[in-house]
Amino acid sequence: MEKLSGSEMVVRSLEDEGVEFIFGYPGGAVLHIYDALFKSKKIPHILVRHEQAATHAADGYARATGKPGVVLVTSGPGATNAITGVATAYMDSIPMVVLSGQVATHLIGEDAFQETDMIGVSRPIVKHSFQVRHAEDIPITIKKAFHIASTGRPGPVVIDIPKDLTKPEDLFEYSYPKSVKMRSYSPASRGHLGQIKKASRLLLGAKRPVIYAGGGVILGRSSDLLKELAEYLNFPVTNTLMGLGSFPASSAQFLGMLGMHGFYEANMAMHNSDVILAIGVRFDDRVTNSVDKFCPGAQIIHIDIDPASISKTVTADVPIVGEVRTVLVEILKQLKEETDKNSCSARKGSLDDWWHQIEMWRKENGLWTDRRYPNSDQIMPQQVIECLNRVTGSDAFVTSDVGQHQMFAAQYYRFDKANRWINSGGLGTMGFGLPAAMGVQLAFPNEIVVCVTGEGSIQMNIQELSTCTQYNLPIKIVNLRNNYLGMVRQWQDMQYEGRHAMSTYEDSLPDFTKLVSSYGHVGFEIKELSDLEDIMEEAFSIKDKLVFLDIFVDPAEHVYPMHVAPNGAMNDMWLSKSKRT
Amino acid sequence: MRRIVSVLLENEPGALSRVVGLFSQRGYNIETLNVAPTEDPTLSRLTLTTIGDDKTIEQITKQLNKLVDVVKLVDLTEGSHLERDLMLVKIRTGAEQREEIKRTVDIFRGQIVDVGPEIYIVQLVGTGDKLDSFIAAIGCSEVLEVARSGVAGISRGEKILSA
Ligand SMILES: Cc1ncc(C[n+]2csc(CCOP(=O)(O)OP(=O)(O)O)c2C)c(N)n1
Repeated sequence: MEKLSGSEMVVRSLEDEGVEFIFGYPGGAVLHIYDALFKSKKIPHILVRHEQAATHAADGYARATGKPGVVLVTSGPGATNAITGVATAYMDSIPMVVLSGQVATHLIGEDAFQETDMIGVSRPIVKHSFQVRHAEDIPITIKKAFHIASTGRPGPVVIDIPKDLTKPEDLFEYSYPKSVKMRSYSPASRGHLGQIKKASRLLLGAKRPVIYAGGGVILGRSSDLLKELAEYLNFPVTNTLMGLGSFPASSAQFLGMLGMHGFYEANMAMHNSDVILAIGVRFDDRVTNSVDKFCPGAQIIHIDIDPASISKTVTADVPIVGEVRTVLVEILKQLKEETDKNSCSARKGSLDDWWHQIEMWRKENGLWTDRRYPNSDQIMPQQVIECLNRVTGSDAFVTSDVGQHQMFAAQYYRFDKANRWINSGGLGTMGFGLPAAMGVQLAFPNEIVVCVTGEGSIQMNIQELSTCTQYNLPIKIVNLRNNYLGMVRQWQDMQYEGRHAMSTYEDSLPDFTKLVSSYGHVGFEIKELSDLEDIMEEAFSIKDKLVFLDIFVDPAEHVYPMHVAPNGAMNDMWLSKSKRT
Repeated sequence: MRRIVSVLLENEPGALSRVVGLFSQRGYNIETLNVAPTEDPTLSRLTLTTIGDDKTIEQITKQLNKLVDVVKLVDLTEGSHLERDLMLVKIRTGAEQREEIKRTVDIFRGQIVDVGPEIYIVQLVGTGDKLDSFIAAIGCSEVLEVARSGVAGISRGEKILSA
């Protein structure tokens, strides 16, 4: 058998696992590993400018490809810098393996230089973690980490590796395990047949049904089945922020996003429904508004791979624990068994009233049926996203940061495919967008990758413009420049009588076009609506360079609809600054 | 409602902190906690008592089950079970109180396991309630120190918790 050092085993295990990129940053505790990586040369390593960006880039890669992202950081500050990205991935159930260096075993616990208890610090935000105790355990530990990160409900896994275990001079027999079995880890796969039958009957009897589908459909690669099911039943579909793209926006059955900034027709349909089929969602507080007023007349079928997500906030009438794919296959089979063709078309007719009602809601206040934002002599942020959607043919990978621009992107970009909308939904991490876009662009070098951002968020990881230069990443950055921490300002307008406490930068913003050009990128400023489409076209025609579009938008605009909170129901919404449901 | 949850845990470093951390992270309370190795050296058994409504308890067991180090768990209070807590109590006694204390210890089927000129150490095994009643019966002023193991429990009959 081949003999390798600990650091060589780390690198070889990652190679044998099929890892395509490592996102990382070197430092003392991982130098042996970096040396082994340098010698092997098989896996490209992307040197970020801050470890937080390494985790976001790995995360973006994972969201776009479905494969686990891989991060390598040093001990102490390297590990703690990575934490925000680990927490971001954890909240959105993104598969990721983070290798962190650790001080040598004999120094652990002595407050040695650059020692941080990474296992302890990351504990509440990882799916699992390992500290390697013996060098010979490195291959099996890495195998387990990938297995845990990418199966069941995915999530980040940390492997903490003390430096002495990676010494080049100590050699061990190497073989990479083909599979692992862990007695304490066996995620559910098939749903309970009795429950599935019950669900099918409920679905067939529904008069005012809605399918409420989330990120779980994307993680479970089941958008094809979601479409088949929705079309078979002729049910309307709404997506969570995390689920956008799992159902085609171009379908007439799509109601748009639901929740705090969800579409009027989506929130109304949910509130008035009699049966909700919830798939891969978690009844997040940003969706439900007040739980005790949530969808009073609805029976809820909830499919999720994680039993702890079911009945956590809203009680499910028919809980189904299982892999979304296998469950949807079963449900479709059951439905087809229980309906012959005739009764099926008769039943479809029985939804006419419901569809009629939905059309009314759409006509009244739908974001896609008419212009719902005010006239202004400035560019409106919504117009920017509408323009982006046209110029990129609804087919780009769009990452975003956090704030108003994120909500406008979610509302106005029309995602037809899964894995294309990449944003920090659960943690809401400003600074996510640019590094996430790097991970996506590396995975798909020939695709259009856009980062929709705001001047607040982009400055949280702006140093990554340098990484984009080093690796020639032709990302298109669309900066909705409103000169405020816009979402903060919106809340201050609505809840604090317009007192804009610390939400403005007071003329301290850089000239972004000059800033990006100093990195070798291209920058354009857009101030007039009449220039918007032309300059955007020009930006996207530049295939080989990063382009930064600094677009001056109306700073006073708010995101609507917006749930009335606290104590509101799904159907309690602000529709504009003056109009309420 | 009070529940007793017994958990078989991989005997790995960090496993215990994951369980305890879960409780503080999610705002669940732990009334008592008892951990010790089992007949299988790769497993330890952790028993905790907690108070919560059905919904909370359901979440607690689901979240515990999600921890990779948790091999199996059981809510002992769902079925018929035995629970025991062990207590050592250090009591100050003047000569005139000794008979009284001895009688109380006998009533509670405890043992006096150490004796000093003015000190008794009493050992008592039973349910948490029984131990509480003993303390009440002794009178607080005389109790100097209490050390309790926390509840350990096992279900009655054929039902077993094993990996
Ligand atoms: C790291 C981090 N810090 C603070 C916040 C709170 N926050 C949410 S939105 C927002 C404003 C974002 O401003 P900007 O990026 O300019 O976007 P805009 O809302 O103006 O579109 C802030 C501060 C956050 N989400 N993330």
